[in-house]
Amino acid sequence: MQFSRKNLGIPYFIFLLFFVVAPLIVLVFYAFTNGQGQFTLENLTGFFTDANTLGTLFYSLAVAFVTTAVCLLLAYPIAYILAMSEIKTKSVIVMVFVLPMWINFSLRITALKEVLTLLEGNLARYPFLNAVVGITYDFLPFMILPIFTTLSKLDGSLREAAMDLGADKVQTFLQVTLPLSVPGIVSGVSMVFLPAMTNYVVLDMLYNSTYIMGSLIGSYFSAYNWHGGSMIALILLAIICLFTLLTSDGEETGERGGALL
Amino acid sequence: MAKIAKRVFLLIMLMFIYLPILILAVYSFTSATQIGAIRGFSMQNYITLFTTPELTDMIRGTLFLALGSATIATILGTLGAIGAFYSDRKMSTLISSLNQVPVVNADVVTGFSICILLVVVLHVSKETFIPLVAGHVTLCAPFVFLSVMPKIKQMDSSIYEAALDLGATPFTALTEIVIPQIVPGIISGFALAVTLSLDDYFIAMYTKPAMFDTISTYVVNATKGSQTTIKTALWALSTVIFAVVVLIVVGMNVRAMRQEGGSRAETK
Repeated sequence: MQFSRKNLGIPYFIFLLFFVVAPLIVLVFYAFTNGQGQFTLENLTGFFTDANTLGTLFYSLAVAFVTTAVCLLLAYPIAYILAMSEIKTKSVIVMVFVLPMWINFSLRITALKEVLTLLEGNLARYPFLNAVVGITYDFLPFMILPIFTTLSKLDGSLREAAMDLGADKVQTFLQVTLPLSVPGIVSGVSMVFLPAMTNYVVLDMLYNSTYIMGSLIGSYFSAYNWHGGSMIALILLAIICLFTLLTSDGEETGERGGALL
Repeated sequence: MAKIAKRVFLLIMLMFIYLPILILAVYSFTSATQIGAIRGFSMQNYITLFTTPELTDMIRGTLFLALGSATIATILGTLGAIGAFYSDRKMSTLISSLNQVPVVNADVVTGFSICILLVVVLHVSKETFIPLVAGHVTLCAPFVFLSVMPKIKQMDSSIYEAALDLGATPFTALTEIVIPQIVPGIISGFALAVTLSLDDYFIAMYTKPAMFDTISTYVVNATKGSQTTIKTALWALSTVIFAVVVLIVVGMNVRAMRQEGGSRAETK
């Protein structure tokens, strides 16, 4: 066989088929069968009729929304101040803000837990608050970085033009800078929202409770219930697909807005 | 006034980010078993960290796993990106979209689905490390693919054509012309892969052998346990990793600045 560059992709393609496609097919199969291998919708109806699983779904959506909002409200001003500042070393300063990304999350959460325990005593008393604080602490750098990147690539002359045409600072921000930074916000939000719904280990470490979507998989896993676990994974996948579709729409409009300007 | 407000805000955020790590670092040098208590200076945590076999094995295992799976992921991802770029449009789109699945998917789902396929359906024992390595390669390779792809797109294709015209075989042209041009993408892909593997909890949790622990799975179990000597030794580990990360980042910045200075001097 003659050597051809496109054949180099074959090993990776086979790898993807085996470790990405095949697991998902197995997941779908397990989600819609019972222990005897017969087709059933029980896992699906079971999820939507059980008050506990439904409650977990809504609770983790609430945690994810609040956490994403808090991260955005903290990260945007940080990214904005740094991107707009005149100092030459701002890329180094951003580095200081996102450096914790490279420290193992479990060690960072251990540190946070010690401090929160000192401040609050029993962490299980304020589960929602501590969930938001913990996940924010874990994922804040992932929100800062994309927003900073988008903001620092912005063409400064657009802002100047807006000012020259009589817009005040607030108008310039709301009508020029903010819309142009939407792509950064979108990629930051997608980095935080999904982990906030599924990353139950942060909560588990903080107060030994895991009342969040991802943990349902964990509990089925511990009980060797592959069928129930697969259904939860499938429902999570559906949410992820929906979310990805929504955010890629946002990205396109952001780009279109940029092109129009 | 506004300037001061900005600075204060940035400072508060830095404190939120760094205080817990720094407080833990200070207490790692004492014999205290919880923060807030005042005890004398002690190196005991560091001695425990580097002399307890359970801890050193766990650290070594995590590093081996990260370097091993990152190497496999880098080879697969790089070849995949080259192959996808030169394939016809349909194949190229197919590989790129499949590549996107593990990127957007939640780690819990990736780990769980690989566990089901390999362990439950195919009966591969977790003790063979195959599910664990497969899981980590699946986690990392797509990110290598994504960091190599832009470099291939930026590449000047005429050099490759020139090499062929001058009599190079396609294989030589690949190793001598294509690969050297995309090395920056391969290196950053590899670094990203190592970071992802080191930071992973969920995939390891669902696929690791029973007696093997990565830093993440070990720390998560230790925070729930009541063994205080292990708990405080982990404070020392956190401090060591923090110091290493700071050194690497400072080193990279210094190098980048020097290179920038150098290239500026050249253009002059």
